[in-house]
Order: sequence, then structure tokens, then C-alpha cells
Amino acid sequence: MLDPGLRKKLSHIVRPLLDAVRDLAPIVAVISFFQLLVLQQPFPNLTELFSGFILIIFGLALFVRGLDMALFPWGEGLAHAFARKGNVLLLLSFSFLLGFGTTIAEPALIAIANKAAQIAAQGGMIESHDEAMQNYASGLRYTVAFSVGCAILLGVLRILLGWPLHWCIMVGYLLVIAMTAIAPKEIIGIAYDSGGVTTSTITVPLVTALGVGLAASLSGRNPLLDGFGLIAFASLLPVIFVMLYGLWIV
Amino acid sequence: MIETLLQTTLSTLGDLLPILAILLFFQMAVLRKPLQQKKKIAWGSLYVLLGLSFFLVGLEKAIFPLGEHMAKQLTSADFLGVTDMANNQWHDFIWVYLFALSIGFSTAMAEPSLIAVSRKAEQISGGTVSAVGLRVAAALGVAIGVSIGCYRIVSGAPLWVYIVVVYGVIIVQTFMSPKQMIPLAYDSGGVTTSTVTVPLLAALGIGLASSIPGRSPLLDGFGLIAFACACPIIGVLTYAQLSHFFAKKRNS
Repeated sequence: MLDPGLRKKLSHIVRPLLDAVRDLAPIVAVISFFQLLVLQQPFPNLTELFSGFILIIFGLALFVRGLDMALFPWGEGLAHAFARKGNVLLLLSFSFLLGFGTTIAEPALIAIANKAAQIAAQGGMIESHDEAMQNYASGLRYTVAFSVGCAILLGVLRILLGWPLHWCIMVGYLLVIAMTAIAPKEIIGIAYDSGGVTTSTITVPLVTALGVGLAASLSGRNPLLDGFGLIAFASLLPVIFVMLYGLWIV
Repeated sequence: MIETLLQTTLSTLGDLLPILAILLFFQMAVLRKPLQQKKKIAWGSLYVLLGLSFFLVGLEKAIFPLGEHMAKQLTSADFLGVTDMANNQWHDFIWVYLFALSIGFSTAMAEPSLIAVSRKAEQISGGTVSAVGLRVAAALGVAIGVSIGCYRIVSGAPLWVYIVVVYGVIIVQTFMSPKQMIPLAYDSGGVTTSTVTVPLLAALGIGLASSIPGRSPLLDGFGLIAFACACPIIGVLTYAQLSHFFAKKRNS
């Protein structure tokens, strides 16, 4: 029937597809339940909806396969090479650039910064003409991207020095709370939210690979204990920096 | 359809290129080592590009319009059967909380970044951390967090009070959890909120804040993502504590 090589190839295609179907089933179930039973309304645009879901399933399957083939091994390979080279300055500049470069183009961040500018203009926090809104939105984006760069840099420094993560994070929490007390209250909601927006679908796998690869190639470091934690920094520092930005513009 | 697909692929390429450029620059100019398995990396990057674009177009076509539509309907006075929106009771919004709970859980389960990180965690822990268990724990955290966040918008309490309480719980749990799991738990907060969750939650929060008189979208509409970002940490720490507890019980 099928020769083993072809069968192996097929399973490479079919497995991720099945996984994607399993991952999406809950969303479909929730949306159908609320739409049909709670709101008691038919679905609008059924064909568009259906083709959308097919695209999501194929997209998710391809994405996961591509990560395993390219981004994970490459990121880890680079981390190993940096660790062997032992040039800390290079490693740190790589970390900063990776954080900054991946965040500045992040679509979720662009979307939420524009939304925040609109709402800030309506609320009278900034002037409501295009230039002021544009300035506010890009100010937010650069602040967040800069803070993610710093966060990855700090996180890598933590792995190198072997500081326990929870002390760093607690200091971060204290800073967030202290900043909340002095920051203008219009910025607080968006500042807290910005922490969640920064870590995108492309950044997360790469940053994880960097941390795990680095921890695995340093002696005396445990990948589980030291390799994770970069993303924790990347979701905490933007909160602090955006509140600083709020202080600065008001 | 084809046009949106091409456009999205181009903009995803725009997101992916700076990253590939940084990786290539450090590989070639700084490490000065040839890239191994060029072909595999090229194909893999292409898969990532196409996969992400398909995924985004699918979201835009199917899930976002529907999610926003539903958020609007669920928070409208007609559906809630409330005549006096200013004097609402918290239980008038019971369907909103339930929707937040279930949509929070299901979108977090489908989040590609969470899938990627939990697979990595399972792999390097040698299977002691289960990828599915981790995802369920984080998704439950998102679900409960988002529902609490909706309740906050309805009640109008300041965001920071809630966040300080959540931070307090995280700190107490940190000292009681197995040390190995702490970094993973802290990471799970940033991971659960990306492509799928952020736009849906932003729509839900702003919709809810605009439909209740006395709430401003600026002060109250944001903040759901903050809950979705902090609460999975509690979820994963609880999962770590429980699995540690049961492992100890089984051994004794």
C-alpha cells in the first residue's frame, strides 16, 4: 500500500492538523452555545465563518511545524554559540535587539496603541487631532518596545548571574505598585494591559529558545529553573515604563 | 479573500523579517559561522510565515467579528432585561461573566504561544510537566481572571486594588510551590495573552464599559488583559502545588 517514507510524511501533515482541530474545538463550542442557545440567533455569514475556521486550522498546524523545524533549533543554536563564545556584551546587545525588534512591529501592540490614542483623545487626556493621536500612539509603542528590549537584557543577565527569579519579580511588583500611586490615573489601565500585549506569537518561541538554550549550555544551571523567566520580565517592565511615559506627557 | 490573504502575508513578513535579520546578522557577522541546515530553516520559516498569515486571516474572518458582535449583544440593555442601567445589580450580568469565563478558557487553549511554550516545558522536564496539564491550568487562570475583570468593570472599583490582591496571592503561592515550576508559571502570564486573546478581550472590556452609564472606556474599559496576564500565574502555581502534593502522596 503506502511505503513507510510516504506514511511518515503523511503523519507529519495529519498529526498537527488533528491537534489544531482539538485546540479549536472549545472556541467553536463556546461561540455556538452562546449564539444559538443564549442569544438565540442564527450565525451571520456562515460560509465566511466556515472558511475562516478552515484557514485557522491549517495556519495553526503549519505554524507549529515551522517552529519545530526553524525557529526553535536556530534560537537554541545561537544561544549555545553565544555561551561558548563567552562574550557577554554581544549576548546582551543581541538580547536587547531581539526584544526591541520583535515588539516594535507587533500587530497587537499597534492595534491597542491606536485604540488607546482614540480613547485618550475622547477622554480629553490628549488633544484630539490626528497629529497628537499619532504622537501618543507611537510614543506608547516606542516606550513598550524599549522596555521589552531592556526586559530581555535583564532576564538574560539574570540567567548569567543565577539570581532567583521570584525576588526579581517581587521587586518588579513593588515598583508597579509604587508607580501606580504616582502615575496619572488615565494611563493605568493601558499600562497594565501593555504587559500582556508585548509578547507575540513570534517572540515567545524565540525568547524561550534563547533562555532554555543559554541555561542548558551554562554549567550548574537548570533549564527548567533558569531557562524560563524571560517572558515574565517582558510582561512586567512595560507596565512600569508606560506609567513613566504617562507621568512624562502629562 | 485572496487579497486579504496576500495583504496579511505581506504584513506578517514585515513582522518576521526584522527578527530573521537580527538572527542572520548575529549568525554571520558576529558569530561568523555558516548556518547549518539552511534548507530546513528556510522551509520552516516559510511554514511559520504562511501558518501565521492563514491563522490571522481566519481570525479576522471568523472569530473577531463574531466575538465583537456577541460582546455587544451580551452587554446590551435589551438582552440583559435591565431597564435602569444606572442602578444595575451585579447579577444582571451573569451571562457576561459566563461568556468571559468560557471564551477566556477556550481562546487561551488555542493560543499558539502557549502551545509552543508548554511543548518546550514538557520536553525539557523529561515529561514530568505535562503540556496539556500546563495549558489547562493557564487557561483556567485566564478564564477566572477575565470573569473577575468583568465584575470589576461592572462594580467600578479601581483596577489597582484587584491587581495588588492578585500580586499578593502570587507572592504567597511562590513560597509554597515547588521551586522548579516558578519561572514557568511566571512566564505563562505573558504567554497566554497574544494573538487570539488580546483583540477579543479588548472588545469585550470596552463594550462592557461603554454600555454601563458612569463607566468610562478610558478608565474602566482597559484592564481585562491585565487580569488575563496575572491570573494564569496563579493557575500554573496551583497546578504545580497540586501535582507536587499528589506525587508525594503516591510515593509515601
